[in-house]
Formats: sequence, C-alpha cells, structure tokens
Amino acid sequence: MPEKKQDTYQEFIKGLWRDNPVFVQVLGMCPMLAVTNSAVNALVMGGATFFVLVASSFFVSSLKNWIPKQVRISTYIIIIATFVTVTDFTLQALMPVVHKELGAFIPLIVANCMILGRQEAFASRNSVRLAVVDALGMASGFLFALFSLGAVREILGEGALFGFKLFSDDFEPWVIMILPPGGFITLGLLLLLFNWLKERKDRLVAQLDEMEIEPRFRS
Amino acid sequence: MQYKDPRLLVQPSPLLKQQMTTHQTMRDLLFALLPVTFAGIWLFGFSALLVILASILGAVATEWLFSPAEQRAARLVDGSGVLTGLLLGLTLPPALPLWMAFLGGVVSVGIGKLIWGGLGQNLFNPALVGRAFLLATFPNAMTTWSTQASGEGFFQWYPSNFALPFMQPHYDAVSTATPLGLMKFEQQSTALPDLVLGNTAGCIGETSGLLLLAGGVFLVLRRDIDWRIPAGVLLSAAIFSGVLYAIDTSHYPDPLFTLFSGGLLLAAFYMATDPVTSPLTPRGAWIFAVGIGLLVVLIRIFGGFPEGVMYAILLMNAATPLIDRYTQPRVFGKE
Repeated sequence: MPEKKQDTYQEFIKGLWRDNPVFVQVLGMCPMLAVTNSAVNALVMGGATFFVLVASSFFVSSLKNWIPKQVRISTYIIIIATFVTVTDFTLQALMPVVHKELGAFIPLIVANCMILGRQEAFASRNSVRLAVVDALGMASGFLFALFSLGAVREILGEGALFGFKLFSDDFEPWVIMILPPGGFITLGLLLLLFNWLKERKDRLVAQLDEMEIEPRFRS
Repeated sequence: MQYKDPRLLVQPSPLLKQQMTTHQTMRDLLFALLPVTFAGIWLFGFSALLVILASILGAVATEWLFSPAEQRAARLVDGSGVLTGLLLGLTLPPALPLWMAFLGGVVSVGIGKLIWGGLGQNLFNPALVGRAFLLATFPNAMTTWSTQASGEGFFQWYPSNFALPFMQPHYDAVSTATPLGLMKFEQQSTALPDLVLGNTAGCIGETSGLLLLAGGVFLVLRRDIDWRIPAGVLLSAAIFSGVLYAIDTSHYPDPLFTLFSGGLLLAAFYMATDPVTSPLTPRGAWIFAVGIGLLVVLIRIFGGFPEGVMYAILLMNAATPLIDRYTQPRVFGKE
C-alpha cells in the first residue's frame, strides 16, 4: 500500500504549504486580520477553527451519501454551526478572558469560507479518512498562518510573545502593529514572502527540468 | 547608422522632443529643497542633518536592495530615492531617533513605491506614506517637538537621536509646541514674522516659509511642477480659512497663519505636485488642489490633529485616478 500512504501524506502536506488556505488560497481573511493582534488570540482562534473544520469534515464526509444535492450547502452550514456552538460555549467556560477578546469572531467561524470550501470541494467527495487528513492539513496550515501573523504583530506591537517581554523595558512599541493597518501590512508582507519563496522554488524546479535531473521533492 | 554632420535628418516622429527628463526634474527638486534643508540644519542644529541623512540612507538602501541587479545603478542614479528620503526627512521632527528616521525611509520606498512597481506606478506619495506609517507607529516620538538650537547650539545634538534601534528615546531637551499645536490646544497665535522666517518649533523643513516659497517659485518657473496645484491648494486653504475667520475672529486662525504654519507650503509645492500621484489634466489639477486645501483646513480646525496636510494629500492621492477619469478631455470628433 505504499501508493496510498503517499496519497494520504500529500493530502495532509498540501494544506500546510502548497495550498495553504491563507498564504496561497487567501481564504478566511476576516479572522486572519481581526484577531491576530496577539499570539494567544491567534492560537485560540486557530485552535477553534481547527476543531470545527476537522469535526465538520468528518461528519460531512460520513453523511455525504445521505445529503441531497439541492440542500447540501445548508446542511454543511448546520453541521458547521453545531460545532461552532460547541466551541463557543467551551471557550466561554474555559477561557472567559480570551473569549471576551475574540468576541463576535468565534460565532463568525461559521461563515469562514475556508471551512465551507473544504466541505464543498473535498469532504463531500472523498472517503472519511482522506477528508479528515485533508481537514487536519488545512486546519494546521490555517493555524500556522494565524500564528505567524499574530506572533509578528505581538512581537513588534508590544515587544512580547505570549505576554512574556522579549526586550528590556525601554522597548518602543510599534503602535500600528496592534491596530488594523498593522494587520493588513503584515499580511501583505507575509504573502509577498510566501509568493517569493514559491516563485524561487518553481524557478529551481524548472531549471532542474531543463537539466533533465529528476527532482526528489517535486510536489 | 550615424553620420557626424547630418545635413538632412530623416527620422520618424516625434520630431520635437521635450528636453525634460526624470533626472532633470529630480535634480531641480533637490536644488529647490537645498535652501530649506540648510535652513532646517541651521535652525535645529546638527541633529537635523543626521535625521535627514538617516532617512535618505533608509530610502536609498531599500531602493538598492529590492531592485533587480541589472537595474540597480539606473534606479539609484535617477535620484528619486534620494528625493523621497529628503522629503521624508524634512517632515520629521529634529529630535526623532535616527533608527525611526531610517525605518521611515525604508517604508517610504518599500511600501510607498517599490511594492506598486517602482517609480511612476505608486498611488500615494511615497514620502507621505513613510510619514503616515511613522506617525501611526510612534505617535509620541513623532509629536515631541524640541526647541530650536538656532545658531548658537549648532554643534549640539539631541540625545534622543541616538536611541538604540527598537528602544525608546529619552528626551533631555525642553520640548515645546508647534504653532499649530498652540493654536489648537491653547488658542494662541504665533507672530507672522516668526512663521515666515522659520523661528518656530516644528518639522525640520517646514518652518521657514520664505525659503519654501522661493524654492517653489523656482520650480514653477522651471516648469518642473504644475503651477495650478500649489496655487489651488494655497488659494482654497486661504479662502476657506478666511471665511471662517470672518465668521468668528476669536476662534479661527487668520488666513496668513493658515498658509505659513505647519507643512502647508512644503506640501503644496513639493508633495502635492508629485506628477505620479496628481491628476494629469488641468481641470483635474484644480479639483485635486482645491480638495487638498479644503481638507487641510477641515482637519486642522475641526479634526483631532493639529496638522492635516499629510492626510489631506494622501486622501486626494486616492481620489486621483477617479479625477483623471472624469476630467479626461473629449477626443476630437467624438461626442
């Protein structure tokens, strides 16, 4: 079964890098920009999305044969909304402070286009195992993106990471970084960085092709 | 094929070529800004020179770093990076830490210009993008105005200039308020001769009204800039504030104060006229200029900030493509 194993691995890894929901597909921008002013907020938001995406993908994929095509979107939304409600109440009970800071953005996970997109494009067409693996990959990619944005913004905006001071007390905070424009600027620069890395890799692969050398890690 | 002495030159049109090149315009602008720069250095001491140099260095280094290797030399020689850095430096307070000035230069050229595709492609004035970024990022440092060194303290510098990168500046010098700040928060006017000669607190290059005006007139006469834009900005600002002054002389500043305080002159002649970010048509230039003048007075008098020139220009920059579209001249022979 080596073929199949490779397949599973590919489905997982594509969400992390090649089809990263944020840096490549540019999906889920609303939580991406709104709640990434600190690393903790970003991680909690990413974790909540992670749970909702994996659980809904599992259910949508299991139920795909019983969902009528005409009402599939509303069915997906109901399934997603169930898990969002679970997440919302859990966070409210366990982390009231963070829950308050995230505010309306936890219920808004239901409208996250990345989650609905995975149900429509992948979970409803593939086996349960692949759907879960795909959801795990995509959710990890989303978490990674949220965390990198939140970390950059918190380090520059407050000189801290997870609330721990990284610099001496003399650090001059970059106020703009914890304000909305800082989110846009940081996201733009991160997109620039990832596109640049991707282009460089593509160029390298093209060069290898020209030299007729089989690259080992062609995706 | 080239002939040394062409008796009859046969070439395709255009036969009349404009002598003006980008290099020429940039050089004229730099020359026109030299007196203002020297005045700033004279008034605020050596620190002003260091701040300007730091911002120019940031701008030029970014231009060099993010240009394709084969275009680097050409892009540096056209002088636009130096000009952006100089314009930014002139709008910074003299006691600003040098690392902040450097960062401003990096943002000006990086986010203000290169990210849009380089010279001629940007939507917003690069120097003002850098300044807006700095003002939003370091609001305290950007609004701490030091008293002037004015001659006797020429070789003194402000210790806050040498704050380590990412660290807070410590201000030893006595800080004061700009004429606009005095007007806004204490209803206190400043004498006109002080404003015209530059004997006030403020940004490095904005205080000496007379030199700014002289450099601006030089540029207009050389036809480096469109005369309509400074004329429109200054006239509309003067008329609007004149109307307000006529309504209530005790509350609102008089038109001359409006013209000579803050960065209005610097911005009207050197920043609003940026050919890349201002409308192409004469009618569009008037609309653009009058919009800036009105916004400046609106923000200064009714807004939260004492100075509004930067935001006025950035807002009208955003409107420029629209203005260009609606003022496009009719093609001959078409309805």
